[in-house]
Amino acid sequence: MEDKRLTLFAGHYGSGKTNIAVNYAVKLKNEGKSVIVADLDIVNPYFRTKDSERELSELGIELISPRFANTNVDLPALPAESYRLVADKSVYGVMDIGGDDRGAYALGRFRDAIKAENNYRMAFVVNMYRPLTSTVEDALEVMREIETAAGIPFNAIVNNSNLGNETTVKTVTDSYEFVERLCDLTGLPLWLHTAESSVAEGLRGVPVLPLTLQKKYFELPK
Amino acid sequence: MAQRILMKGNEAIAEAAIRAGCRHYFGYPITPQTEIAAYMAKKMPKIGGVFLQAESEIASINMVYGAAAAGVRVMTSSSSPGISLKAEGLSYIAGSDIPALVVNVQRGGPGLGGIQPSQSDYFQATKGGGHGDYRMIVLAPASVQEMASLTIKGFDLADKYLMTSMILADGTIGQMMEPITFEDAEPKTYEKPWALTGTECKRGHNVVNSLYLKPDELEKKNFERFEKYKHIEENEAMWEEYMMEDAEVCVVAFGIASRVAKNAVAAARAEGIKVGLIRPITLWPFPNKAFAKVLDKVRAFVSVELSMGQMIEDIRLATECKKPVMLCNRAGGMIPGPDEVLAAIKKAEKGEF
Repeated sequence: MEDKRLTLFAGHYGSGKTNIAVNYAVKLKNEGKSVIVADLDIVNPYFRTKDSERELSELGIELISPRFANTNVDLPALPAESYRLVADKSVYGVMDIGGDDRGAYALGRFRDAIKAENNYRMAFVVNMYRPLTSTVEDALEVMREIETAAGIPFNAIVNNSNLGNETTVKTVTDSYEFVERLCDLTGLPLWLHTAESSVAEGLRGVPVLPLTLQKKYFELPK
Repeated sequence: MAQRILMKGNEAIAEAAIRAGCRHYFGYPITPQTEIAAYMAKKMPKIGGVFLQAESEIASINMVYGAAAAGVRVMTSSSSPGISLKAEGLSYIAGSDIPALVVNVQRGGPGLGGIQPSQSDYFQATKGGGHGDYRMIVLAPASVQEMASLTIKGFDLADKYLMTSMILADGTIGQMMEPITFEDAEPKTYEKPWALTGTECKRGHNVVNSLYLKPDELEKKNFERFEKYKHIEENEAMWEEYMMEDAEVCVVAFGIASRVAKNAVAAARAEGIKVGLIRPITLWPFPNKAFAKVLDKVRAFVSVELSMGQMIEDIRLATECKKPVMLCNRAGGMIPGPDEVLAAIKKAEKGEF
């Protein structure tokens, strides 16, 4: 599927939206496009797009994030610059929407402009190994809650089913049936499977976005 | 084997509590533990349980007090400033000898402090917090899997000893995600003949209360309670040892700090330094036996903490001040890197304090 001018990643918290948004922005940039990433996460205090600020800026990707992200100010305020994503039609915009329906309320402010331009992909990121989206019915419930809050219906699905550092090719292929059923139930197309690069290499015959993940200082020694 | 699932630490606590038979959750939201309440809000109505967001932390701990008195498995969760508000209720629950599970996903303090991870409620958890002579069993998970297993263990210990078990976690372990497994085990159940379940005119009234009108009776109750605490100190301490066999320097760390410390110990070992780690899993009872065992071999201890140095006092007590104990710490929401801990290990090895 071709890239849209605006790409919105939303889903249950912990589904992998932030990592996917960052990696997708890098992919667009590597194709020669000018890209802005907007961190619209007003919910999650830890593990944010802001953590990748330096990597993004070294690649020439602009990051717009809440002014108080990664500080002690637990203030759900979005910066005015966020509007550039919808106003400046010369750039590709990638939006990282906060977890669940609470986070998706933030998107409401941009809803009318996004719909009027009508060049967007609203992608539901799902990981079937997460406890609250482990059945198709539960995933659908989360999906409907987010759509209602955001005022924009999903039009694509991203399968990010993984078990963290235990993920294997089989972990991902085991999720294909789950994702197919979710697609059938919603009538939406599967856009991408996503997986950490070494796992992604083993996925054949399906659209894949390989992910480079941030290294964490608290991983245990092998 | 049961299915692997990917969970946040906070979610693991909530799911484990449900699997332990807890159907009563009373809380009030505060970062960085809000996912516990969010999970309970989603799950409890589907399984016939109660999720109630109270008007305050004080209300929620007193709802826990009431539900515990009625003999059900009950919990609340909060983060540092919220636990301070619950302190009165914790003391009343202790004075009434009834079981409860309380979770503290710590953030920086004192005061309103910040929302980033911390371990600076160690004193509050292990030395009191509320008023009066009392203890809580304090469990310190260092992984998402332990967030689950220690929650189940915490409910069992609370029911066994009729007291509060506290899960003392921190913001990072609450927020981070790891794959975990839940064993398909039925929750343990305990007889609660003291509970306020209605007499049905078949027995006399039970009374749950922390007020004693006669001082000699209150004194007697306190002495009895401390006999129980002594038994727990002797039997329930838990800890992990890592590369301690021939260690001459011993790093001591719990929770998230122990994960950083483990990396530093591995790096120091690669440089030929004889260093190991003692990770207390119970902070009360403190694992004194782990220290007595190695006191002759170890030349120096390094306490790695996300505080200004609180556990270090218990290490000095456990080692009877016979060996130097050095502090390697960050505070206010900051976490030391493995390189900072490695530098402290090297100093301790050379005897530079």
